[in-house]
Amino acid sequence: MTEPTIYELSSPGRAGVTFPDPDVPRAKLPDSLLRADLPLPELAEVDVLRHYVNLSKYNYNVDGGFYPLGSCTMKYNPKINEDTARLPGFTFTHPLQPIETVQGNLALMYTLQEWLKEISGFTAMTLQPAAGAHGELTGVLIMRAYHKDRGDAKRVKMLIPDSAHGTNPASSGMIGLDVVQIPSDARGNVDLAALKAACDETVVGLMLTNPNTLGLFDEHVEEVVKIVHECGGLVYGDGANLNALLGILRPADVGIDVMHFNLHKTFSTPHGGGGPGSGPVGVTEKLAEFLPSPIVGILEEGNDDMPPLFGFITQKKTIGRVKSFHGHFGVIVRAYTYIAMHGADGLRQVAEYAVLNANYLRTRLNKTYRLPFDRICMHEFVAEGKVEGSDIRALDIAKRLMDYDFHPPTNYFPLIVHEALMIEPTETENKVTLDAFADALIKIAEEAKTQPELLHEAPHKTPFGRMDEVKAARELVLCCWLPEDYEKK
Amino acid sequence: MNIPSNLKYTKTDEWFDPASGRMGLSDYAQSQLSDIVFVEIVVAVGETVEAGKPIASVESVKAAAESYAAVSGKVVVVNESLADAPEILNSDPYGAGWMVQVEGGDASGLMNAAAYEKYCAERAH
Repeated sequence: MTEPTIYELSSPGRAGVTFPDPDVPRAKLPDSLLRADLPLPELAEVDVLRHYVNLSKYNYNVDGGFYPLGSCTMKYNPKINEDTARLPGFTFTHPLQPIETVQGNLALMYTLQEWLKEISGFTAMTLQPAAGAHGELTGVLIMRAYHKDRGDAKRVKMLIPDSAHGTNPASSGMIGLDVVQIPSDARGNVDLAALKAACDETVVGLMLTNPNTLGLFDEHVEEVVKIVHECGGLVYGDGANLNALLGILRPADVGIDVMHFNLHKTFSTPHGGGGPGSGPVGVTEKLAEFLPSPIVGILEEGNDDMPPLFGFITQKKTIGRVKSFHGHFGVIVRAYTYIAMHGADGLRQVAEYAVLNANYLRTRLNKTYRLPFDRICMHEFVAEGKVEGSDIRALDIAKRLMDYDFHPPTNYFPLIVHEALMIEPTETENKVTLDAFADALIKIAEEAKTQPELLHEAPHKTPFGRMDEVKAARELVLCCWLPEDYEKK
Repeated sequence: MNIPSNLKYTKTDEWFDPASGRMGLSDYAQSQLSDIVFVEIVVAVGETVEAGKPIASVESVKAAAESYAAVSGKVVVVNESLADAPEILNSDPYGAGWMVQVEGGDASGLMNAAAYEKYCAERAH
């Protein structure tokens, strides 16, 4: 049973809305702007509603079940975040209003900046970037601007460990830097000898994901930072995995110079189709004046009787604006709410439970699946999706998990592990859920030996079975033509 | 694993044919990537490529990867047919799946088939 497309449900003359009479004089559109062939579907309101409700039932979401998608931190998003984001004082304001009329919004942004600074140890913060990779781009632009400002124009290389997030080389490549990959050592740390060999006077910096994509905390992080600093480079921290460190380690304290946060991961705002994201960037003192501008600051100090006047401040050597207005404000409100609800001790517990849950799953599974780096992990770990004596692959295991009502883990990433299954349970899952997931994976390993066809053909219980990923990638159809027109073409 | 003995190999899984000057992705590389769905040669005829620098961008259903020049040299032909039929890289990596042909390539720093076979075996668990 397949839900038809909204175009297939369309019938000429059906209408979902009745336009009200205009309260201004009617005006004729210029002939050049009129067209007769605009293919918009025509449906009644109830048909539109049912169509999208039915489609939503195909969707798997964190409100419906366990979503251990490694690297993505698909934690449960508390619903109080939605309540605060819908407060009329936030929803009925506009970024172009005079600042005196939006002091509450500005106070919230200022406070979030201060909290993120306290959590990370950085001295200045921008909330502008729209998501994590946008934060990375902002960060590498700041790093380049810093070197340029010192009159050091020969730095063109960005060092990136092979256990980094895939967006790191993309962000560096996008501004024209040469990406140099640094291998991992046998324990999943940055290979110090290779790092030393790559460090010279042409290095802009290193982009370090720590914990890295293997879910491992780099055991020599201070040494790594020192080596990069000694050649004049800066260290970028990919904050996507901050969930493991909240309240335990402040990245600036180990020498990280600049880092983005993923509010939509660590601070529980919706993402993965729901989005949007938000990727604030924090920097140390020497990089503060390069931040995107404006940032929210205090224009006039307050006193016992008067609150301070919040407003916008432009940094002296700013790299410019990276986002229209002031970032994704609705997301900022949700992250603020999450931090306010948890407090400092609560945030530390978030990290502790995220790490505990990951290690619980790791130790339940490491006798069934090979873990290439089987040491205490942080918030996630990577297993090999293979079973001795069977030809099944990570993809088969991932698809079969859907039959057990679980969202599959991230697969085939990181690339340094063959047939990778990257599992991140997050702190919001209880032991019953974790056990059910581990039991399913152990049972699937049994099935791989006794009934491999069950895996090869999985999933069986979903509305659609195994998708043809090759065909989907090779034969792209991205137009919105009516189906019958598409047939003709 | 198909590792022709007349070719030379890189640690990043490219092959180079000293006789023809052609280079491409090894059988090991294509099998690791699985079904390849997109190829873009990023160098043009007349350009000089440097060993270790990207010559192509390759995407499979699993991953996106770069393919690097096995040797330095001047590009004399690029394989235009790959763009429309990236699956050739899976089906015939050493034949129709060649990517770039250079002149003046020096294969002395590359692995021979035996060394490359050992290198591949070391990486399989």
